[in-house]
Amino acid sequence: MKVSVKWLKDYVDISISAVDLANRLTMAGNEVASVKVQGANWGNVFVGKLVAINPHPNADRLRLATVDLGQEQHAVVCGAPNLTLGDNICFATLGAELLDGHTGQMIKLKPAKIRGVESKGMVCSEMELGLSKNHEEILVLAADAPLGMPLSEYMGDAVIDLEVTPNRPDCLSVIGIARETAALTGQKVHVASVNYAENESLVEKKIAVEIQSPDLCSRYSASLITGIKIKPSPKWMHDRLIACGMRPINNIVDISNYVMLEYGQPLHTFDYDKIVGQKIIVRRASENETITSLDGVERKLNSRMLVICDAARAVAIAGVMGGANSEVTDQTVNILLEAASFKPACIYITGNTLGLSSESRYRFERGISAEMTVPALKRATQLIVELGEGLAAKGYIDVYPGKQAMKSVELACSRVKSMLGIEISLDGIIAALQGLGIECQIVSGDKIKAVPPYWRSDIKIEADLIEEVARVIGYDMIPLTLLAEPLPHLTPDPIFDLIKNIRRGLTANGFNEVLNFSLVGLDTLQKLDPDRAPITDLPVRVANPMTADMEYLRTTFRANLLNIYAANRRFETGSIRLFETGKIYLKCKNDLPDERETFCAVMGGLRYTESWQNNDQKLDFYDIKGIAEGLLQRLGLNPVFVKAQDKGLHANKQADIYLSKTRIGVLGEFHPKVALAFDIFEPVYLLEIDLKTLVSFSTVEKNYKPVPKFPAIVRDMALIIDAGITHQQVQTIIRGFPLVEQVDIFDVYSGEQVMAGKKSLAYRISFRSAEHTLTDEEVNQVFLDILNRLTSELGAVLRS
Amino acid sequence: MINQLEEIKSRAQSELEHIKDTIGLETWRVRYLGKKSDLTQVLRGLAELSIDEKKSVGMAANQLKLLLEDIFKQREKALQETRILSTAAKESVDITLPGRRPPIGHLHPITQTIEEICDIFSSMGFQIMAGPEVELEYFNFDALNISAGHPSRDNMSSSWIDQSDNTGKKSMLLRTHCTSNSARAIAKLKPPVRVLTPGKVYRYEASDATHTSMFHQFDGIVVDKHVTMADLKGTLYEFVQRFFGENRKARFRCDFFPFVEPGVELAIECAVCKGRGCSLCHNTGWIEVGGAGMTHPEVLRQAGLDPGEYQSFAFGIGIERLPMLRYGIDDIRLFYGGDLRFLRQF
Ligand SMILES: [Zn+2]
Repeated sequence: MKVSVKWLKDYVDISISAVDLANRLTMAGNEVASVKVQGANWGNVFVGKLVAINPHPNADRLRLATVDLGQEQHAVVCGAPNLTLGDNICFATLGAELLDGHTGQMIKLKPAKIRGVESKGMVCSEMELGLSKNHEEILVLAADAPLGMPLSEYMGDAVIDLEVTPNRPDCLSVIGIARETAALTGQKVHVASVNYAENESLVEKKIAVEIQSPDLCSRYSASLITGIKIKPSPKWMHDRLIACGMRPINNIVDISNYVMLEYGQPLHTFDYDKIVGQKIIVRRASENETITSLDGVERKLNSRMLVICDAARAVAIAGVMGGANSEVTDQTVNILLEAASFKPACIYITGNTLGLSSESRYRFERGISAEMTVPALKRATQLIVELGEGLAAKGYIDVYPGKQAMKSVELACSRVKSMLGIEISLDGIIAALQGLGIECQIVSGDKIKAVPPYWRSDIKIEADLIEEVARVIGYDMIPLTLLAEPLPHLTPDPIFDLIKNIRRGLTANGFNEVLNFSLVGLDTLQKLDPDRAPITDLPVRVANPMTADMEYLRTTFRANLLNIYAANRRFETGSIRLFETGKIYLKCKNDLPDERETFCAVMGGLRYTESWQNNDQKLDFYDIKGIAEGLLQRLGLNPVFVKAQDKGLHANKQADIYLSKTRIGVLGEFHPKVALAFDIFEPVYLLEIDLKTLVSFSTVEKNYKPVPKFPAIVRDMALIIDAGITHQQVQTIIRGFPLVEQVDIFDVYSGEQVMAGKKSLAYRISFRSAEHTLTDEEVNQVFLDILNRLTSELGAVLRS
Repeated sequence: MINQLEEIKSRAQSELEHIKDTIGLETWRVRYLGKKSDLTQVLRGLAELSIDEKKSVGMAANQLKLLLEDIFKQREKALQETRILSTAAKESVDITLPGRRPPIGHLHPITQTIEEICDIFSSMGFQIMAGPEVELEYFNFDALNISAGHPSRDNMSSSWIDQSDNTGKKSMLLRTHCTSNSARAIAKLKPPVRVLTPGKVYRYEASDATHTSMFHQFDGIVVDKHVTMADLKGTLYEFVQRFFGENRKARFRCDFFPFVEPGVELAIECAVCKGRGCSLCHNTGWIEVGGAGMTHPEVLRQAGLDPGEYQSFAFGIGIERLPMLRYGIDDIRLFYGGDLRFLRQF
């Protein structure tokens, strides 16, 4: 909502600058997006009259102008071609700050000698005043411009652009903003009484109004103005409409816009002579009823919409747009003027269904008080009579089935303090509320009964009144305190610590965290399947997707991470390590999805940071596995890895991760077809863990074991064994023996040195007793037992 | 025999002084401390002596053995030291060559910001909570006093889920604010409550430099008997100063949100122009960071709380804005692009 300060001044005295006013309004809830000031620099510029023009003694193109400022006269040198005796002009005295017509710089006006003649002052062009680029001609003012008046007072204005919140439809008007201004600056609003001449014929004789749907139309007021002339509206009205962002059209359209801006009440004008049967009926539209609206489009209506009809047909879509059949044209001579109150929800549905937005709809939707129709109707009638040279019929129509008294709201003044944390006296509270037009009556002790004015239907409860008090005294006045109540009992969700721990573990291993949108496209998800089989088990879908690649809630992080991997590979030559933590969303029938906290890491490329030492080893399966082991070890957990069957991963390079009997995730190399689908031409490794499952393990209390008192004995055992036997098989057997504290594999070999189909595994076994220092003999015995068992169960032999 | 011992001693000492390497040292050790050393010979000869002689020679021999062991260790250490020092003296590096770096990973700037926010509010007694991102219409709107047809529903254009609930209605959507979880929290927890929910929120909005259809917010709610707007102001100003620094000014002004009354907009002083006005702050000198207010009585009632007994404040602040202001990031989409050249800067 744009509002001109000059226009505001018609209704309230303003002694502060436009910028200060904008700040007050902003602080009190009506945020000002911008203030455009015209004439801020017009100090020392006044309205003057050219009372004498004489030739310059030394120059043909220059003249000597004498300017009368009322109290004094000045003679200056002037070169403008349009210098005309008797014109009112803008005169700058010494010290005025003007824009130099030649350089475009701001200059301070100083006395000058021009071709030998002393000149103290200047007759200004539009450019010098910063109004336009024209600096050839001087600006000529209206003949009634008061001599000697500062130009800033005569022509200066400021336009304040407000962002009105949805709860304050009353502020979508000049009078509404004037009321706010008055309340915030301790002034009173003065609305001049509206008078106009009426003729003898009664309006009731000319038109009858019937409301058939009072649930959707609580009031319908109308007046009739006859014998009008359609012509342009005057300059002052043009200026104000343009300042407020509206395009002037003709006097009738402009007046209805002007009054809408001024009072906030949308109006509609009909060509009275096109209304059939001298009758207006307000009713619900019938299903599939059609009307051609003012913009020439045929609109199909339904029974949730409201139409204005004459005796024969619909003539307007209520509150949204008029009909072409009753439109005011240049030939119109008699105007039927409507000011009505429609149900906001009805206007919302109508506008939304028809895809029509308008200033009128915007205001009706937010709720205009029904009390506003008659004042606005009278104001518009007055202007049409004045500017359209018409005659108003006697009286006005006012059908008002939905009249409602304003409900009073009780306020206990102690609540103001307990809510705001600041002490305000009873008088202070009452003064603040009364300044806003709220009637206050002390009921008992500190209780006030407050009746809001008709335009403030948003004030319904005590908290609303408390906000009004806070707004008027200013939020700045509220002190700063910290919560003084006892701390509540906290039960932190352990998943936050787990996520934090995992994140730290991953960044310590060189992984960079990324964030992706939760929505993905089906195409992208499909790329994760090497066979590109259609996805039958569809994820949770958004009903109104922005784009096809933002249609489904992700069930995996893989696709996004591979996309990012590929994008970074275009400029990264070393290793790329990425991870994301967040949620995946699994569909649940008739319920909210199962949102599972998950983390996913991908990596590929070089194992070590690129350096001058030229280490070009590539990451492989055991790197990602080591990451997984390390992360879980940080949490004090010992995972077990089991060969997995994830379609998206390399068939022989993947493992499920288990904690005791529970699967918590998977790791492995991406299936090369999947990597290729994302334009990745190298092995990429994946680690994916369901944190919702992991958290039940990570929160198990740790138990301290005493640091060993007795020394360990370490023995190496190199075995030759069938290539198909896994390390885990061997390790499990060794670990099962008494005294064995730790088993580490330190060499794996297959090649020329061993027989085909065999491999060599070398273990370092650490033996320790908690009770005594072990002897060689004890250890030798266990070593032999282990070997025998490995031979009998796995066919292992000691490597010689 | 004592003389023999003296002779061994002086010979061993003088020989040891001339030894310069480990091989010489080992030869010396075998000669004087080994199984076939002169000293061992002397000790073997003890058997033929009288008891008194046995005692005195034995003692002297043992003392000599200890002495030899001792000077051997000293010499060994001295030689080791000489060797290490002379090697070290010859070594040198080009200290300007880059070090051997382990790979360094970075937390996402949004994560870093959220962790910082959580730390600040945790220290003020807030419990950090999470809630569903796919939310029921009830908690996202109705419980927050945003009834159907309310213009605020239009302002927060939402993405609805293409799935019916158990009543057959399409009533699930991607939450448009974390306030939905504040509504859940106060419905579930008994007062006193101090809860902070950071997380992802969604709007049906096209992307540009300042908007993305998904972004992050943190939303807080406090319920207790005597919570005031002054407490709200103190809490949020405390946050601003701890996040942006002691000198950063904050501002409360009146604003409207359906779930609070009185309502507040929180703004911080523009760092670019220090409040004088510039293009970043649209010449206002202030940058809006979030909304807040005293929880609307209807919201408390929906949660089963008596607004006559309990008072409450709530706030919601956008997260992306904070690192953008702190680091001067001019395009919100950078957070979601995954470009390592961007992410490694934080
Ligand atoms: Zn600024």
